[in-house]
Amino acid sequence: MDVSVKNLKTTGETALAALFAPSGAAASKALRQRAFDLFQTMGLPSRRLESWHYTDLKRMLANVAPRAATSAAANVDAEAGACVIRFVDGHCIGHSALPKGVTLRGLSDVLAQGDADTLGALYASVGSEDPVVALNAALADDGVVIDVAAGVTLDAAIILDFVSSDATARSEFMRCLVRVGAGAKLTLVERHVSAQASAQRHLALAVSVGAHASVSHVFEGVADLDVLLASLLVDVAAQGNFQSFALVSGGRLTRRQIWVRAGQATQVGLRGVSLLRGEQHADTTLVIDHVEPNSESRELFKHILDGSATGVFQGKVVVQPNAQKTDGGMKSHALILSDDATMDNKPELEIYADDVVCGHGATVAQLDDDQLFYLMSRGIPKTQAQAMLIEAFALSAVDFVEDEVQREQVMTFVRDWMMARGA
Amino acid sequence: MLEIKNLHVRIDDKKILNGLTLTVKPGEVAAIMGPNGSGKSTLSYVIAGRQDYEVTEGEILLDGVNILELDAHERAAKGLFLAFQYPIEIPGVTTMTFLKASLNAQRKQRGEAELSTPDFMKKVRAAADKLGVPQEMLRRPLNVGFSGGEKKRLEVLQMFLLEPRYGILDETDSGLDIDALRIVSEGVNALRSPTRGFLVITHYQRLLDHIVPDVVHVMSRGQIVKTGGKELALELEKNGYRDYVTEAA
Ligand SMILES: Nc1ncnc2c1ncn2[C@@H]1O[C@H](COP(=O)(O)OP(=O)(O)OP(=O)(O)O)[C@@H](O)[C@H]1O
Ligand SMILES: [Mg+2]
Repeated sequence: MDVSVKNLKTTGETALAALFAPSGAAASKALRQRAFDLFQTMGLPSRRLESWHYTDLKRMLANVAPRAATSAAANVDAEAGACVIRFVDGHCIGHSALPKGVTLRGLSDVLAQGDADTLGALYASVGSEDPVVALNAALADDGVVIDVAAGVTLDAAIILDFVSSDATARSEFMRCLVRVGAGAKLTLVERHVSAQASAQRHLALAVSVGAHASVSHVFEGVADLDVLLASLLVDVAAQGNFQSFALVSGGRLTRRQIWVRAGQATQVGLRGVSLLRGEQHADTTLVIDHVEPNSESRELFKHILDGSATGVFQGKVVVQPNAQKTDGGMKSHALILSDDATMDNKPELEIYADDVVCGHGATVAQLDDDQLFYLMSRGIPKTQAQAMLIEAFALSAVDFVEDEVQREQVMTFVRDWMMARGA
Repeated sequence: MLEIKNLHVRIDDKKILNGLTLTVKPGEVAAIMGPNGSGKSTLSYVIAGRQDYEVTEGEILLDGVNILELDAHERAAKGLFLAFQYPIEIPGVTTMTFLKASLNAQRKQRGEAELSTPDFMKKVRAAADKLGVPQEMLRRPLNVGFSGGEKKRLEVLQMFLLEPRYGILDETDSGLDIDALRIVSEGVNALRSPTRGFLVITHYQRLLDHIVPDVVHVMSRGQIVKTGGKELALELEKNGYRDYVTEAA
């Protein structure tokens, strides 16, 4: 092979590499340097990397927007009791009062202190071999590390609120860690909703779920971003429970990538609905690694595609030799509303233990003509009939959103999205 | 009046209706009997406005107006109702939501105000009681897991709610137990009125003991080949279709 060709960098890669300027304690710098080296070796992922086969980031991130300057600190109000931590243009500007039992440190403080445990959880997490996770490790110099003390039950959610100040194209690099102590209980919202955004957002969120702890994660990805690369890196200790629901819409390119390491007798549930139209491209790629016995995982994703949108789902359930009695089930269903929309659907099982129950299913379908005709024959106009069927399609995943208010918000979003379609 | 004139219909390249002519007058119950595959369900779908059939000739007039250009939902709002031979299951849509959407969509098209929830509930409850449909069924997803007979009852319940001008019943009797057949028939009879007509498709004379037809048509190979009074059904029950069905050339 011609070495000079191999080393040829795209303008995107070169622009990203130029942003590398690690600060902090020697230990922090060393970890970020290692990540940067990995990124330099791998470059931006293209179709040749299996886990990125359907999202050619090398091509889609040709133009890298300039990094945002720091944002001014500001007061942040709580929302109906929920604690809000706000990031503007990639910088944490403040937060509302922290609930009892919750502590927060800024990423730059953590990097300056360089304590091994925290750095390990931040940088040596699952997924660290992925080039985009590595890129994030190298470049992210803002973020928060949140600790929820053992045994604490938070009644209201913690909201990580990512907003853009205006529609200027900017690059944002953030890395957050949420450590949930043994037996604690938390709802964690990751919110990308601000309208009028055109940012390129690079976010890695590491969550470590302590023994017997329980985390419900809600991803609201409806901002009109240019690029959203959101990595979720989850480690669930014995008897822990991690449930996540994602609403994905809006944005030119959304890539969610999730790694979950499931410990002994853990419960993991990952679900989501995506609504895409126009030229939107949204990729959900996940790996659930069952490393200890007796855990259970469930995935259910519904993709609704209109226009010439592209949906991607790649899910892999890995059952390690030691993970006997694993119970895994993964489903990904797509509904295609137009001839030009496409869905790449690839669920996989990788099983090395013999006493397990695992299954997966994936479908790509269009609206059912018989169902449409049945509704129309009762007087329901076509667009309304379609909306009813699409809502019904999304519902079985949305039903898993525990919080009633949030569940209703999601359904309202689905309905509004349909209405906009009919208009 | 519902008039079907010289209707020719095909799907893909297969001719299914071959110049079918039939009239249902207001106040009339017309029965259609005919062998499997003769095109009875096709006729009912074409009247209701299903799109995958190609009408190559003929017309369907509702009170003198050709409805072939109308969408299914517009035909429904004009008072056509089809009780399906095989009602469709729709997971994720509760029966109650569906009923309300149907009724209000029709009212809206006719320029009438939507029914309030209490008024709607009252209407549904009355229809459900009449047809022996338990309330619990209405909270389930539409037709999902309903028994064959339950589906048929729900079709008639819908007809009750929507109060069409012309009801087409495609083998509504199949799948019904003896009591249900009586209950459903009584329901249909209660809807009979001088302004409302019915087209009742069935294979069995038994239904016509309950819903006594004014006229019986025999359909074969996409045409009406014989028309008579209710005694024609009895004759068919005894002799089968041999006198009316000619072998293909
Ligand atoms: N979508 C289709 N594609 C091809 N052939 C079709 C289609 N729909 C109906 N047919 C054919 O048209 C003919 C008439 O069917 P139809 O269902 O109307 O008969 P029917 O009289 O209702 O029969 P049954 O008494 O069994 O209900 C049959 O031969 C059927 O196979
Ligand atoms: Mg039939």
